[in-house]
Amino acid sequence: MSIWQYANPVKFLSLSAKVQPVLWVAAGFCVVVGLIWGFFGTPDDFRQGSTVKIIYLHVPAALMAINAWFMMLITSLIWLVRRHHVSVLAAKAAAPVGMVMTVIALVTGAIWGQPMWGTWWAWDPRLTSFLILFLFYLGYIALWEAIEDPDTAADLTSVLCLVGSVFAVLSRYAVQFWNQGLHQGTSVPVATGGRTVSDVFFYPLVMCMVGFGLLFLALVLYRTGTEIRLRRTAALRARAGGNV
Amino acid sequence: MTPDLGKYAVEVLSAYAASVVLLVALIAVTLRRGRIARAALKEVEREVKSDG
Repeated sequence: MSIWQYANPVKFLSLSAKVQPVLWVAAGFCVVVGLIWGFFGTPDDFRQGSTVKIIYLHVPAALMAINAWFMMLITSLIWLVRRHHVSVLAAKAAAPVGMVMTVIALVTGAIWGQPMWGTWWAWDPRLTSFLILFLFYLGYIALWEAIEDPDTAADLTSVLCLVGSVFAVLSRYAVQFWNQGLHQGTSVPVATGGRTVSDVFFYPLVMCMVGFGLLFLALVLYRTGTEIRLRRTAALRARAGGNV
Repeated sequence: MTPDLGKYAVEVLSAYAASVVLLVALIAVTLRRGRIARAALKEVEREVKSDG
């Protein structure tokens, strides 16, 4: 039994159909419960006041914005090395999801920044690298749309994904090695284990992070299925000589 | 029902509203595109079969 058997579109669709209902229900449960818990069930922070409630959206969205690009990097590398179509279609499917997560992170960050920092925007290393990451998402999606031949589009978008990974890494680690900006350090540093968030805020935050992660997975599986069906439709039409 | 958000009520509520709108729009577009793709594939497969 090998993971590569799921490079077969039929097997992928079959597994995806089995997993998706569980994923959608679990994602919906975690996101809704996490957000309600965070919004209604947590106190104000002694410095940030009620704006602390924005972290339940901002942190999970930012986490998924970066990790979506890393997922795209891995699937693009698989395409470049092994030429599995499902792999690159998964990257294509993930891009709009990652872009929306980036927009949520940027918008909620700006809304939080105005009362806390006194500005909607600053050319801070993390903010700037996130903006560039958003532009890479836009460019990646535009490149897929701009090239007619699907394999050429897959090759070029995969190379773009490799280049954009520099900014995904920068977005992830900018606050750690570039401490001149306004943005505070990581709230939940996984590598060191130490966290700056107290338990009352931490548990609903984890719930939201898990929920956003599951939602991302559910969306990407569904969208990959859509891409496979669109590709199959185009192939059948081409085979029928445009009569269909 | 709504907790007392104090002087930052507008900021907190607008952050939640913007995020919910974006997430719902993403899910709606995803499901709509999926339904269209399924229908298109079914139709092409049916036409290919009927053409022999």
